[in-house]
Amino acid sequence: MKKYDAIIIGAGHNGLTNAAYLAKAGLKVLVLEKNAYIGGATVSRELYPNWKYSNCSYVCSLLRPEIIRDLELPRHGLQVVPYGGGVTFKENGDYFGNHADHERLLREVARHSKRDASAYERYEADVMKQTRLIRPFLMRTPPDPTSLKPRDLKELALLAKSFGSMGEEGLADTMRFWTMSIGDFLDEYFESDVIKAHLAGSGIIGTALGVYSPGTAYVLLHHYMGDVDGSVGAWGFARGGMGSVAAALSKSFLSFGGTIKCDAEAAQIIVKNGKAKGVALANGDELYADIVVSNLDPKRTFLKIMDESDLPADVVTKAKNFKIRGSSGKLNIALDGLPTFTGLPKESPLCLGEKHFSDSLPKMERAYDDWKAETWSKDPYVDMLIPTQIDPTMAPPGKHMMSVFVQYAPPKINGGDWTAEDKAGFEKTVIDQISNYSPDFKDLILHCETRTPQDIENEVGLTEGNIFMGELTFDQLLFNRPFPGYAQYRGPVKGMYMCSSGTHPGGGVMAAPGANAAREILMDLKLTNTVPGGYDDD
Amino acid sequence: MMPHDETMILETPFHSRCLALCEINLWEDWKGYRSAAAYTSVEQEYFAVRSNTGVFDISPMIKYRFTGPDAGAYLNRLVTRDISKIAVDRVAYTVWCDDNGQVMDDGTIFHLAENDYRLCAYARCLDWLMWSAEGFDVTIVDETADVAALAVQGPTSCAVFKDMGFDGIEHLKPFGIARYPFKGAEVMISRTGFTGDLGYEIWIDPTFAEPFWDDLFAAGKLRGIRAIGSAALDMLRTETGFLQAGIDFIPAEEAIRTGRSRSPFELGLGWLVSFDKPVFNGRKALLKEKQEGSRYAFVYLDVEGNKPAEHAFIYSGSKEVGTVTTAAWCPTAKTNVAFAQVDAQYGKVGQKLVAEIYYERELKWTRVMAKCTVIEGAVFNPPRKRQTPAPDF
Amino acid sequence: MINVDKHYDVIVVGGGHNGLVCATYLAKDGRNVLVLEANDALGGASATAEFSDQFSVSSCAHWLFQLNPKVASELDLTKHGLALAAENLCTIALAEDGNHLTIDGDKLEGENISEEDRKAFVAFNHQISKFCKVLAAAFNRRAPKLVEGNFTDRITLAKLGFGMKMLGKEDMSDLMRLALINIYDVMEENFENDLLKGAISLDSLLGSHMGPRSPNTVYGYIYRRMGAIFGFQGPAVVQGGMGAVGKAMAAAAAASGVDIEVDAAVSKINIDVDRATGVTLRDGRVVNASLVVSNADPKTTFNNLVGLSNIETGVARRVKTMRMKGDTAKLHIALDGLPNFTGLTEQQMGQRLVIAPTMNYVENAFNPSKYGEYSTEPAMDISIPSIHDTNLAPSGKHVMSVIVQYAPYDLTGGWTEENKGAFTELVIDRLADFAPDLKDKIVASELLTPVDIEQRFHIHGGHWHHGEISLDQILMMRPFPGASQYGTAVGGLYLCGAGNHPGGGVMGLAGHNAAKEIIKRGTSA
Repeated sequence: MKKYDAIIIGAGHNGLTNAAYLAKAGLKVLVLEKNAYIGGATVSRELYPNWKYSNCSYVCSLLRPEIIRDLELPRHGLQVVPYGGGVTFKENGDYFGNHADHERLLREVARHSKRDASAYERYEADVMKQTRLIRPFLMRTPPDPTSLKPRDLKELALLAKSFGSMGEEGLADTMRFWTMSIGDFLDEYFESDVIKAHLAGSGIIGTALGVYSPGTAYVLLHHYMGDVDGSVGAWGFARGGMGSVAAALSKSFLSFGGTIKCDAEAAQIIVKNGKAKGVALANGDELYADIVVSNLDPKRTFLKIMDESDLPADVVTKAKNFKIRGSSGKLNIALDGLPTFTGLPKESPLCLGEKHFSDSLPKMERAYDDWKAETWSKDPYVDMLIPTQIDPTMAPPGKHMMSVFVQYAPPKINGGDWTAEDKAGFEKTVIDQISNYSPDFKDLILHCETRTPQDIENEVGLTEGNIFMGELTFDQLLFNRPFPGYAQYRGPVKGMYMCSSGTHPGGGVMAAPGANAAREILMDLKLTNTVPGGYDDD
Repeated sequence: MMPHDETMILETPFHSRCLALCEINLWEDWKGYRSAAAYTSVEQEYFAVRSNTGVFDISPMIKYRFTGPDAGAYLNRLVTRDISKIAVDRVAYTVWCDDNGQVMDDGTIFHLAENDYRLCAYARCLDWLMWSAEGFDVTIVDETADVAALAVQGPTSCAVFKDMGFDGIEHLKPFGIARYPFKGAEVMISRTGFTGDLGYEIWIDPTFAEPFWDDLFAAGKLRGIRAIGSAALDMLRTETGFLQAGIDFIPAEEAIRTGRSRSPFELGLGWLVSFDKPVFNGRKALLKEKQEGSRYAFVYLDVEGNKPAEHAFIYSGSKEVGTVTTAAWCPTAKTNVAFAQVDAQYGKVGQKLVAEIYYERELKWTRVMAKCTVIEGAVFNPPRKRQTPAPDF
Repeated sequence: MINVDKHYDVIVVGGGHNGLVCATYLAKDGRNVLVLEANDALGGASATAEFSDQFSVSSCAHWLFQLNPKVASELDLTKHGLALAAENLCTIALAEDGNHLTIDGDKLEGENISEEDRKAFVAFNHQISKFCKVLAAAFNRRAPKLVEGNFTDRITLAKLGFGMKMLGKEDMSDLMRLALINIYDVMEENFENDLLKGAISLDSLLGSHMGPRSPNTVYGYIYRRMGAIFGFQGPAVVQGGMGAVGKAMAAAAAASGVDIEVDAAVSKINIDVDRATGVTLRDGRVVNASLVVSNADPKTTFNNLVGLSNIETGVARRVKTMRMKGDTAKLHIALDGLPNFTGLTEQQMGQRLVIAPTMNYVENAFNPSKYGEYSTEPAMDISIPSIHDTNLAPSGKHVMSVIVQYAPYDLTGGWTEENKGAFTELVIDRLADFAPDLKDKIVASELLTPVDIEQRFHIHGGHWHHGEISLDQILMMRPFPGASQYGTAVGGLYLCGAGNHPGGGVMGLAGHNAAKEIIKRGTSA
């Protein structure tokens, strides 16, 4: 068999990013993908004739601009188009609209509460303070706080300096922000239920916690720390669907001479004498390389494709205890036309953004109670978008593609697997909810793909269907991601690395884990670093 | 066409009249209201105020009303000035701070009647006002849309009002309030303004806005009255040394970066801080700053030459000591003025500094190192601004 | 007694245990100290009350398990009358079928306990104890400032840092992870036995507005286990009820020269611009002092005694947003005989009994409280102190004290007599599932909802920790940023109650630390 310098397991966006940087440094790199197509969870496929489905990730903000530029992704076909708007429909027929124009947004907030309109500016400033604190660390390797190595001490000092610059009370506020619930946090700013509900969504998306669970304020930050063209917190569509991100990354990788092998499921990382030696495929083939990088989540990496006898005991325990919970499902729907929503004209710019149907925090918390009881939310929080309003490539003219992200859906129903009946019940719950606010919606449905956490796990390989490859709670962030002692992308076996969203800085189609891991690998190989540093925010 | 909704840009009660006069169609968004930046010519509008009467629609100004037994005590805790010294029918300019003594905004407080006040502010602050109301018996209402307001400014403004039948208006002292009947309603006139000239501001029920405007312009016709936009106002306020929130300082609660906000002392507004009153927001921090010294000084600069020092760096020798926040050539004072924030030690009157000015002529950029001197205050400060009875012109 | 003509060095508002501890230390340092207590007895939430003819009970806290030994010995509480009727009690996790689980220190007893669980429990306790030892370095000192910290703060930080380092890499990593996560996951990671997991999860959140799945709850458990560091291997029953702790502390205070007056409610802390000058009592008397120390919770102190109008808006906002929503009720039952708990001997009934059969049971009990409803199947912590202390009830009769979790302060519809009656019945029904003859023996009962606790003990929201103990409200964030070292924005006004670092639990440390801080800063500060 041919020998490679490095084999990356999983052609998701982080695997491709990692591969591209290694190939750029001159290594001979192979990417293995179990599916017939690349992309992992950044994928768009034609699941209904002439409709493209971004059936996992569906919007783009966190993808690091440094990487987009450095890997020349625009030249390879990536175009990110920001969208504005967003609306939360209220049960009483009214709505809250997240206008793209700032002053208009404040007028809309004032329509619900004049006090909240002025609190909104304080809220934005306070969240931005926290965002600015974390952004410089996205393209850096987290320090090991238990280490005394000069590099770790230097990075720790940098971390301490950033936090220290907040001042005594500012630092205390930061610590509060990182440990409190999004519900409690928002209660300190707003009185209007619908405004709190609209903002709280970012605190629970992809997370098996409720709006009143401590730690969810940080999850909100994770959704705010990205940017589109320097507009921090903005989100956009990848033109052609999220698959365009993977497509552009793969083209960049191929341009550096890399190889991608699809339909090649990794069964086992081959370890000899404590060193990674290659990958055994499910079909029995063996491929060899001294560097093996897993883009699978930490649980799959250490519990499925590595042999327990090759690993230190603490890693097995840590992998078992790693929190990676299925909490979200998805409906992808082909529509015969644009649906009408009660109370809002179809042409409203608000309709270009996300739509939600949860108008209070208690309602959202009850949706979480259902998850705790191991069933799907009966009145779920949905994050719904119709990208075809902005991106004409996703469906035929006049037709539309709808993406409905649903919070919460448990990995198992009452301890058992999802049955076809459960899935149909879940689908009906979501469609009925949308129909309550859109009378013509049901008649427009041409095709619906419903995905439970179990489906997502089976197809994409995300354990429990967790979109972030591990909960984004503080115990699993920075130097704790994926677990303490292993947060610098190096696995417990020499030559074995991790580059998935299960590593710092986490999921959300950032590509930063892949790039950061590449930097560490190149450092170990004593090769020139090809990974760009992060942009300065100021 | 989208049906109109209330979140679309708002129009002031004078909008029909402004629209009719706005020949060059230059508008801007002032806190959600469509507001004229200029009507015909910025220069002519500027000189209307310095030589005749200029009318600026200030209806978009954020206005809050405070009533109830604790209204006075409440405001006294909120702002740095001693509100107990403002008699009924008097107005005071003030700033208010957060607990760190950093300026959140500036504005004017109108003592309308016993236990009844109005605050005019640059920014919305109802949230802070409501937090501040904990423990006080006070009712706070945002009355921005409920009161139409105009600034009527310039040497002939008093004469125009006299012609409108507002007898005795010449006896109204600076920062005083008078009330006159107007077509069955009441117009409140305060001798206040943002131009540093003789001038007034009028406050009226929005349903009477258009008739008032019509009468005002009819009366002012022979005295050169004209509507002015925000561009002219900006020149006027610079010449007379008035700070603008959001330009000369960042409201403390909106500052994201540590250390970007400023205290009243650092804005040259220490005279607005009264320690001889009950506890007020920022007291502790300001007392400490007074004892230990400020970080920055706000200075007025007389800048050599005629190139406005916009966004210029300020140096002392080769050391960068600050930046310019506002700069303009002042047409009446014939002076090149700049407001700058400099390190505290360079803030004394008479201090010599240098401004690094960049200006462009036909795509060619030139850099000028202009000498400047820290001066006492406003370069335009005519006696008519203060004289009572007010002169006719 | 008050001497209104005297200018006191210090007035302590509130004769709760922390107030008394603080007063005593200050008096020992030579200050003239006056303690003013609104109620007729001292001790605050360490109280004993007769709730039915000849039946008395600890009316708020009912176990002693965290009293700091340094405080106890420096105040010589034993000499001043503090005696334990029983100590180092076991915790028995009740099962409906009578197959209970007994937790006795590191030992587990009962049926169906796997060898793995036994071993894991020892290891778990061992690790938690190590964490407690690290934290103990910061418990009897003021919470360090991180950015503006002076020498004292840096010493504390160094101690904490050194303690962390000494844990070793693995435990240090674990601490950073565990402190942030929920007890539910940690229990699932370690144990199989549902009763064990349920009982420990209950320990981690008693008195709080959280469920086992709420992140931060592991800190709650570590916090509770501090008692073990202070020498309590299990909870103790105080002779005479918890009010005896207050009495002993009051005696210690008096012996140190502290003036104490009960039935002396303070209506106002007097302030001259920005400095406390003394207090005004409800009866109109004014007493002046150089310093005022409030043992009331931070909300009561600033809302009611200082007045939010007398402090700056930012602090007022901190006071308002501080979280202290009581979610715990107390049920007191007078019994004309000892009930029979299925599967328990009398000796066992004298232990600490808990009803938390599974973690999901506790979580489900928590759910309704998020929406302003009480638990229909509540979790409970039960004490029958009369087994150890016969003075609490007539001969042969008993009192039972039950901590009931969850009963939200802001119950939808309010705690009307009707709602209280329904809730009492529901709790008794649930108890009867474990003690079938209970109802026949009930002579009288008294339910204290968080609203009652607020009224009786003057604790805002009826939150007995004087503020939620969760990660966003500990250390330099307790009670709120900017007021974490006992001093406040008002000159000469200090806080010494459980709302401050390190928190409640009848430790006495908040009072101790506040006194040390005051002594350090001197009277003029």
